[in-house]
Amino acid sequence: MIKVLFFAQVREVIGVDQIELEYQHCMTTNSLRTFLAAQGDKWEQALGTDNLLVAVNQTLSQWQVELEDGDEVAFFPPVTGG
Amino acid sequence: MNRVQTQDFCVADEYARLADNPACGAVVTFVGKVRDFGDNQGVTNMVLEHYPGMTEAVLTQIEQEARQRWPLDEVTIIHRVGPLSLSDQIVFIGVSSAHRKAAFAAGEYLIDFLKTRAPFWKKEQTDAEAHWVEAKDSDQQAAEMWHEE
Repeated sequence: MIKVLFFAQVREVIGVDQIELEYQHCMTTNSLRTFLAAQGDKWEQALGTDNLLVAVNQTLSQWQVELEDGDEVAFFPPVTGG
Repeated sequence: MNRVQTQDFCVADEYARLADNPACGAVVTFVGKVRDFGDNQGVTNMVLEHYPGMTEAVLTQIEQEARQRWPLDEVTIIHRVGPLSLSDQIVFIGVSSAHRKAAFAAGEYLIDFLKTRAPFWKKEQTDAEAHWVEAKDSDQQAAEMWHEE
């Protein structure tokens, strides 16, 4: 399984804070994003933007990183703390 | 010691903890507060969201990076989450060191990287509406300056 978390605007637009998906062979951060963005208008709006970051296992990641079964992936906008 | 918490913090208590070391010759602290103009005028309050687990990991990481660059004694990073009102304290950065230059530089380094890497998000509320704060290029540039040195 892959655990997927959403934060801030992304969570608000989709209306869900986390989901679990079956792990697929050769799944990458980008293919996961593309798959999720195709799930409907809200998903496309939240995940189709250039202004999106991805973390794998709680570390900021890149868009062509291969995932492993059991990974935790999070999608969120650029951070605004401090 | 770094903390992510909903409750407020007391600068005097944090200062005392940072300064309680005979080798410490300099203490630098920074407090970030909720102000009335963010992306919009008339901000009355805000909500701070974060990514539990990753937030703490990033704070530990940027502390370790600062310790590799400068000789530091104590480091404290506190960031509040949840609902906050106008003028509330949001973030505390405190650094103690034998020398002032190291303490100043490390304090600035910590806040620059906290702002660009730690997964916190602000949603500001005005009388009329609520909106998510946009990340600023100037914050990104401030963090990138450290890589050029």
